[in-house]
Amino acid sequence: MSRDMALPFGAAVALVVVLLDRALGLGILSALLTLLQLVMTPVGWVVALATPAAAALGAWKWLVYLLLVIAGGYGFRAAGQAMTGNAPFYRDMTLAVAVGYVFAAVVAIAVAYTYSISFSTAGGMPDSYFFFRLAIHGLAAAVVAAILFRQLGMWIGTPGSRKLFRQMPGTAAFGIFIILCYAIAAIFAAWIAPYGQEEVLAKANIIPLVSAEMGGDPGFPLGTDQIGRDIYSRLIYGAQNTVGIAFVTTILAFFLGVTGGFLAAVLQGWTDQVLSRLVDVLMAIPALIFSLLLITAAASLFKGSSLTVAMIVIIAVIDSTRVFRLARAVGMNIVVMDYIEAAKLRGERMSYLIFREVLPNAYAPLLAEFGLRFCFVFLTIAALSFLGLGIQPPLADWGTMVKDLGQFVNYAAFLPQYAMLPLLPAGAIALLTVAVNFVVDWMLHRSSGLKE
Amino acid sequence: MNSVLRILVQRIGLGILTLFIVSIVIFGSVNLLPGDFAQAILGQGATDEAVAAIREQIGLTKPFWVRYFDWLGALVTGDLGVSYSQLMFAANMGGDQLIPITTQIAPRFYNTMFLAGLTAMIAVPFSLFLGVLAALYRGSVFDRGANIFTLSSISSPEFFLAYILILFLAVQGQWLPSLASVKPDMPLGERVYTTLLPALTLTLVVTAHMMRMTRAAIINLLASPYIEMARLKGISPMRVVVKHALPNALAPIINVIALNLAYLITGVVVVEVVFAYPGIGNLFVDAVRTRDIPMVQICCLIFAAAYILLNLTADVLSILSNPRLRHPK
Repeated sequence: MSRDMALPFGAAVALVVVLLDRALGLGILSALLTLLQLVMTPVGWVVALATPAAAALGAWKWLVYLLLVIAGGYGFRAAGQAMTGNAPFYRDMTLAVAVGYVFAAVVAIAVAYTYSISFSTAGGMPDSYFFFRLAIHGLAAAVVAAILFRQLGMWIGTPGSRKLFRQMPGTAAFGIFIILCYAIAAIFAAWIAPYGQEEVLAKANIIPLVSAEMGGDPGFPLGTDQIGRDIYSRLIYGAQNTVGIAFVTTILAFFLGVTGGFLAAVLQGWTDQVLSRLVDVLMAIPALIFSLLLITAAASLFKGSSLTVAMIVIIAVIDSTRVFRLARAVGMNIVVMDYIEAAKLRGERMSYLIFREVLPNAYAPLLAEFGLRFCFVFLTIAALSFLGLGIQPPLADWGTMVKDLGQFVNYAAFLPQYAMLPLLPAGAIALLTVAVNFVVDWMLHRSSGLKE
Repeated sequence: MNSVLRILVQRIGLGILTLFIVSIVIFGSVNLLPGDFAQAILGQGATDEAVAAIREQIGLTKPFWVRYFDWLGALVTGDLGVSYSQLMFAANMGGDQLIPITTQIAPRFYNTMFLAGLTAMIAVPFSLFLGVLAALYRGSVFDRGANIFTLSSISSPEFFLAYILILFLAVQGQWLPSLASVKPDMPLGERVYTTLLPALTLTLVVTAHMMRMTRAAIINLLASPYIEMARLKGISPMRVVVKHALPNALAPIINVIALNLAYLITGVVVVEVVFAYPGIGNLFVDAVRTRDIPMVQICCLIFAAAYILLNLTADVLSILSNPRLRHPK
């Protein structure tokens, strides 16, 4: 489109939008324009500062802090230049970098200060620094675990695995460590968990991580839920159910997607066209929306645990479309190779071609995709369970636990430990996906030949 | 010029065709299955006559294709039908005043658009800024920290981020309301204030995606020869990025924004439920729970249409911003 066409085109689009807006009487446009004005113009910023949201957040105060930090960055650079006789490091430093250093220093000091005073608040008052301390301790534990695990990997194992661990970034080591922990918890759940997943115990609503006089119980370190089931045991069993179901779903999705994709790549022609267009249509609906739609349909046929099975099949089919795309693309690159031609001339069967010739040469991209796909499937299942439409009770499952315990986050004003109840299962989900993503990120980085 | 117009017409036609096929898929997947929704509406204790009457009223006696085109025809003329919960209410309580789906959906559609719009307003400038910074100082502590942060935020489920924000900003901080109960007659400032917490949750998710893509697009560009030339001329790094790299990165960045707004569609459902925000996502989940087929179909179609439209926009904009297509030899 040439430059003189851009204006009429834009005007036409704007006219259509305005007419639609008028016709439907929604008033979207006026609201959007006001918002745009609020965010984009200096006048808007001043107006925004006067809104109740800004007043509640103390926006003026933060604005002053921001200006102070910028001034600090300017001063830091000037001081550095003066004291080192204009050394290149300070001479070439942009203001943004100087402000960044000062900002980081301010944050570090603030964190250290808050940590030092966080222990002194005792005696009746709710411990408002509880989560701050938890975050610091959690981060420290994660760093220590990653370092120790990498050291362990460097000491034991074959020379090849030792080299692998030496080159691994800390995040990937942390990821592998977490995945191992989850795998152990899932496989040995029945031995690790002190109670059964559906076992209703004597006391309900025991608060996690507090002493007995505050409403806790040393026998149930992570508390019990509304009907008195042990949270710790349910978390362990959740690893088995939630992760297990997501794993099975991913494998099913991969089986469908890879078979379809390689079939399309090997056969080409009509098969490829039909499969590809089918996948195009299925991918035109967002995954979560589509699975909710299909679950609506399935819910009139199935109940209870067979609905869980229906959900597995539904999500596997929807996610297999994404796998199909990749498998087809990878397969297309492989089938033009000479050894495939040779195998075809030998008169090998289709299954031999797919599983013995194409598949072994597509392992690397498919393995990375498996990790990513597992994360998506896992998050979809968690979201569905959170909406009450995924894994059905009585199975202990993290998404359902978050839904059931969600209200306790509001009790954190009285006792912060209450908020641990929904955050523990939600955090368990987040931790696993973060770990898998760290590992996949490293694998992709490695296979792409360390670009950048 | 002509080739561009042809591609555009082709793409838009393809989008409309996709929407049409998607509407068949949506209608078919809930209507072709066995199971009697007339029975479901009235419950187990209903008489056969009542079931037959309802079946007649919602047209379950007609063949599938007739029902589909009836539905589609009504849809095109702006008649979205009546939800089962309304029918059930009328069947059990008497009375003929059925509230059509259009009236139920319109204010919620506006609310969802408002939430998505507010999220985009915060997320787009923020993530572009962070993405450019990460590309400029790649390999630095800031870049690595941002990488870890965005990876974690992408991988976390929406409700985890939502509960953390509720905990700190609404419960312990008492700055923002934890329930986003917007009302139609709210003034704009108050509405923004009430919607801010869900918008911030969505911002966290979308910013991470957008920032990573922006960073990748800019780094890709920074490797090109004319950027090296600009550097050798001795202009400042910020100027290289803003003046030389950014205008050429516009096409991929516009693409990134459109794709991430499409991603918002999925995120909106869970976030609306967490904050009890009266939007389409909440309506959709309620309809799925009660198996309210007409409502599920319409909501699903709206989400799919928005998704297709945003993907189409990304497609069209990337064609329009490609000089090789704009000026064919």
